[in-house]
Amino acid sequence: MTDDAAIHAEGLRKTFGELVAVDGLDLTVHRGEVFGLLGPNGSGKTTTIRMLTGLMAPGGGWATVDGVNVTTSPEQVRRRIGYMSQRFGLYDDLTVEENIRFYASVYGLRGRRRADRISELVAELGFGERLRQMAGTLSGGWKQRLALACATAHRPRVLFLDEPTAGVDPAARRQFWDLIYDFARQGITIMVTTHYMDEAERCHRLAFLSRGHLIAVGTAQEVRDQFRQPSIEDVFIELQRRDEGVVV
Amino acid sequence: MSLRERLAASTIWPMLWKEFIQMRRDRLTLGMMLGIPAVQLAMFGYAIQTEVRHLPTVVLDESRSSESLALVDQLRNTGNFDIVGYVPDRKALDEEIRAGRAMAGVVIPPTFLTDLRRGRTAQAQVIVDAADPLASSAAMSGAAQAGAARSTAILAQTTGRGPPLEVRVRPWYNPGLRSAVYIVPGIIGVLLSVTMILITSMSIVKEREKGTLEQLIVTPIDKTSLMLGKLVPFVLVGYVQMTVILLLGRLLFDVPIRGSLALLYLLTFAFIVASLGMGLFISTVVRSQAQAMQMGFFFLLPNILLSGFMFPREAMPVAAQWLGLVLPLTHFLKVLRGIILKGVGVSELWTQTLVLVALSTLFIVLSVRRFSKRIE
Ligand SMILES: Nc1ncnc2c1ncn2[C@@H]1O[C@H](COP(=O)(O)OP(=O)(O)OP(=O)(O)O)[C@@H](O)[C@H]1O
Ligand SMILES: [Mg+2]
Repeated sequence: MTDDAAIHAEGLRKTFGELVAVDGLDLTVHRGEVFGLLGPNGSGKTTTIRMLTGLMAPGGGWATVDGVNVTTSPEQVRRRIGYMSQRFGLYDDLTVEENIRFYASVYGLRGRRRADRISELVAELGFGERLRQMAGTLSGGWKQRLALACATAHRPRVLFLDEPTAGVDPAARRQFWDLIYDFARQGITIMVTTHYMDEAERCHRLAFLSRGHLIAVGTAQEVRDQFRQPSIEDVFIELQRRDEGVVV
Repeated sequence: MSLRERLAASTIWPMLWKEFIQMRRDRLTLGMMLGIPAVQLAMFGYAIQTEVRHLPTVVLDESRSSESLALVDQLRNTGNFDIVGYVPDRKALDEEIRAGRAMAGVVIPPTFLTDLRRGRTAQAQVIVDAADPLASSAAMSGAAQAGAARSTAILAQTTGRGPPLEVRVRPWYNPGLRSAVYIVPGIIGVLLSVTMILITSMSIVKEREKGTLEQLIVTPIDKTSLMLGKLVPFVLVGYVQMTVILLLGRLLFDVPIRGSLALLYLLTFAFIVASLGMGLFISTVVRSQAQAMQMGFFFLLPNILLSGFMFPREAMPVAAQWLGLVLPLTHFLKVLRGIILKGVGVSELWTQTLVLVALSTLFIVLSVRRFSKRIE
């Protein structure tokens, strides 16, 4: 049922003029899952997430997040979710601390509760001496951590991460994924997009998008078996090859 | 929740907190917003104050009489002519003007004195380089003034009685006929328009362009807080700008404030809100700061040209006058000039007040309806 699904979408669709970016997407993500959304550039991952987070109105179909309809009650959905956009979206001219404080306040935390939550996040993500650094001067890995801190300031029920580790070095990527698992253990559902296949293998379940269509869903094992490929990377390349075959 | 708790929990506070920190750190924009009023005022003010233009002038005096000397003196006294030299003939005079060493030439013919003595109308000529229309009009008015003054004086000498008729023009509200006085209130209006329309829309669009808006609107921040947080700081900037100009106008050009300062600041609020409405509207239409700039100028130009800031509205074609009526600046200029120069009160300004309130409501409602917490 949709009620115990963290994310449920049926027939979700989005067009930009002639271009169909997402076409009839049916999807269910269970609570507490780390769910990976894979697919080549332009396959519709970001557009899907933008519809699920209420940033874009779906052109067709519907979706619920944490049991709330995204189209009819976007504001209620916003209280329950955290979102890291594909592009760094924090304020370069605010310090790390100011960014976290701003987002904590926007999510309604005040006074003691806000102060406690900020120190908690700072400790969890290990900002330490970087607190007073301007966000714009952080390295790629730290920027992504800061974005994660801001997206989780209010302890969301569902977390959307759009390519959170793009351009991040391997060690920092590993650390970032440890954080993702920490959040999952706290019962937070996570939908994450990535182009790194090692990360894809770490997701509980995966979905493959191609030209706006959902073409495979399942655990890494299931997807590999479905396409008779030794690894997710091979599945990806196989799909891309078929995809190009369609065009010709 | 009590009203107080609700107010404390409002997302407007973090929004304002962030905006003020960012404004404080953006020294360049801050400097521009506060420095530009001063520079503009000085530029406009001084440029227009030099109405008494000291045109370099050469004289070809073929009369060489006391009468011709008196005329040259009279011309010099108008302040519009600086006599830079005497030339021997007409060719030399033309050459001085062509080379740009002089902008005006005075020719007094040999018959000047004899004509005067015989009761005939004596002729003198002033030649002007009319490439600069302002210079030539200064020369023409100066020459006419000097000619009339000399004529009257000579008439009085020869007939022993004063001039039969004299018309005196007494300019009210601006007795020194100083344009600086007239232009200072106008600069306040134009500058506030620029800040509210251009800088505000750019500041909102900047968040869209940089991607920070996408991250912000997935939060439960409400639309009102988002918009107010962006707009309120500029209200303060606007008031600071206005105060700077009023103070400088006072110090540099002795611009008086005859009416109620409180009324001026109050009515300014309606104008600021109307202009912010336009800025907000632009931000809902464009996608980049460059576009915001272009569209901002598109809004600003009619404000500057048709509002009566540069040209008197009475002299405009009827269509332009009508168009001017929907511009907040047109009405605000009347408020500014009325209160600052004439000292009028609210009873004379209630039409303008109503129109400004109506326009600000219209613009704000329009843009708030267009502003949405979505990207696309
Ligand atoms: N606002 C928009 N206007 C027009 N077209 C858009 C818009 N947003 C996305 N698209 C198009 O929709 C398609 C899907 O884009 P989307 O960003 O969802 O892909 P993606 O899977 O996230 O790609 P990437 O891996 O590069 O991030 C692309 O062809 C893109 O050009
Ligand atoms: Mg994307």
